[in-house]
Amino acid sequence: MYTQAMDIPDESGKKLAAVSNAPSDQEAAFEARIDADGRIEPQDWMPEAYRKTLVRQISQHAHSEIVGMLPEGNWISRAPSLKRKAILIAKVQDEGGHGLYLYSAAETLGTSRDQMLEGLHSGKAKYSSIFNYPTLNWADVGVIGWLVDGAAIMNQVPLCRCSYGPYARAMVRVCKEESFHQRQGYEALLVMMKGTEEQRAMVQDAVNRYWWKCLAMFGPPDADSPHSAQGMRWGIKRISNDDLRQKFIDATVPQAKVLGVTLPDPELKWNEARGHYDYGQIDWAEFWNTVEGNGPCNKERLATRVKAHNDGQWVRDAAQAYARKQKERALKEAA
Amino acid sequence: MSTPIDYLLHLADNAVVLGQRNAEWCGHGPILEEDMALANVSLDLIGQARLLYQRAAELMGGDATEDKLAYFRGPHEFRNYTLLELPHHGALVGYAAADRDYATTIVRNFLYSALMVHVWDGLQQSADPSLAAIAAKSLKETSYHLHHSRDWLVRMGDGTEESHARAQAAVNHLMPYTEEFWTTSPAEGAAVAAKVAIDVWALRPAWDALVNDALAEATLTRPNFHGYVTEGKVGLHSEHLSYLLGEMQGLARAHPGATW
Ligand SMILES: [Fe+2]
Ligand SMILES: [Fe+2]
Ligand SMILES: [Fe+2]
Repeated sequence: MYTQAMDIPDESGKKLAAVSNAPSDQEAAFEARIDADGRIEPQDWMPEAYRKTLVRQISQHAHSEIVGMLPEGNWISRAPSLKRKAILIAKVQDEGGHGLYLYSAAETLGTSRDQMLEGLHSGKAKYSSIFNYPTLNWADVGVIGWLVDGAAIMNQVPLCRCSYGPYARAMVRVCKEESFHQRQGYEALLVMMKGTEEQRAMVQDAVNRYWWKCLAMFGPPDADSPHSAQGMRWGIKRISNDDLRQKFIDATVPQAKVLGVTLPDPELKWNEARGHYDYGQIDWAEFWNTVEGNGPCNKERLATRVKAHNDGQWVRDAAQAYARKQKERALKEAA
Repeated sequence: MSTPIDYLLHLADNAVVLGQRNAEWCGHGPILEEDMALANVSLDLIGQARLLYQRAAELMGGDATEDKLAYFRGPHEFRNYTLLELPHHGALVGYAAADRDYATTIVRNFLYSALMVHVWDGLQQSADPSLAAIAAKSLKETSYHLHHSRDWLVRMGDGTEESHARAQAAVNHLMPYTEEFWTTSPAEGAAVAAKVAIDVWALRPAWDALVNDALAEATLTRPNFHGYVTEGKVGLHSEHLSYLLGEMQGLARAHPGATW
């Protein structure tokens, strides 16, 4: 799972300076490649601002994957059947794998995983704000699969054509797994909706809490989206926030009907003229407040990541010390 | 002679309880790769438990299912080794809280998988063909768990002063619980008599060799045994199991009869 539109400004992307006045040969070659919809590879020259934008975006995405392990991990120990437990562990493990590929993709741009983690732990780098909400009942696990992974897929499928090669290739693999998560989440909800009154109430409660948060995952309206225009120009962003959001709503409403849940928006209705569903107002004040650190779980999520990292220091130190000793032994033997 | 169900439950309970414990690291591991490795170990163990419970349910007949066996039996009915239910830290009472210690996790996984590679290997010849098939699959998985935990045991033991001290403390804490491996429960006795199980006692020299070799490479010492021999496999557990099961079973038990 992952991410909101990857254009939430954070500290790590503050200085996006213009590179130079007159375009160099390298810059002209870069621009030509972008215009021809070609791929930029790690060894290619690229403008500093392009590099920084990508590092910010890919690392936000990677952080989202690993912070996103926490809300669902919350239910592993209590999963109500062994089959669901196994599915959930495998899913959370996949998200960790997504984090790994993404950190590796970002490392090809010259920033180490440690540097990126430092950004996360210090609060400078953002992650998807959807993970700052609590998982309060078991159906949250299915709803996150259906809606959060579903929204992530909408955001990420266009990134499979991103101009930066390693990111695009990571996205191809990630998107395959995210669609699997979405189907599994939806299937779990179908089973619950065919179950008891209490199970159906759990599903509805989870949908009520997550629907609006998922719509906000696509990022601010196009009119207020600070990085979108440049991202489009560079082939990092392909479809605007509002268009993706609309696509997601149009795809999800029929799924909700099949499931038998009510999406909590009285203004949600088909607009024949537009050929799309109309929908109500997203609470952007609440969204930004959460992005800025004041959501229900921001402190818990971040503190938990920091604690895991700090508690694990001795383990990583041990691995390094052992590797060093092994190297010395090998050298001695060779001598 | 038929397959003693209590013996299948012993194997299944071992797997589910240790699977539950390993999954507690998910999202909290010392490095992302280890979150994933332990999730993998946990997935294997839950998978083994499912197959074993399914086989037990099949033999029991009636309305027995894997989930009835995992979720609707109490602590006194669980047949796992006490070693596997302990929290990831040193000796403390059931309601004490402490940080998880990765050395405890690794040493426990090592001691158990060092036994189970031999048990699964032997069970491939079980008179119960279903169990023999489960054993063949589990042997491959357990060989990986052994490899993973042994590597870390050596890194910790021969790493830094702190990691050495932690690994030694974990060995000292957990080794006494392995005495339970070598006693014979009625379920094990019946399974051996039926040629469904192998005599675990006969595996002791091979287990000792594996353990002693790894401890030596890790520059750790093996404590002499003294103390209490646990009896989890006959249903007499530590204080920790009822907490583990309370958490694991709570939701399922709040909705008896529900399908998930
Ligand atoms: Fe996912
Ligand atoms: Fe993901
Ligand atoms: Fe993702």
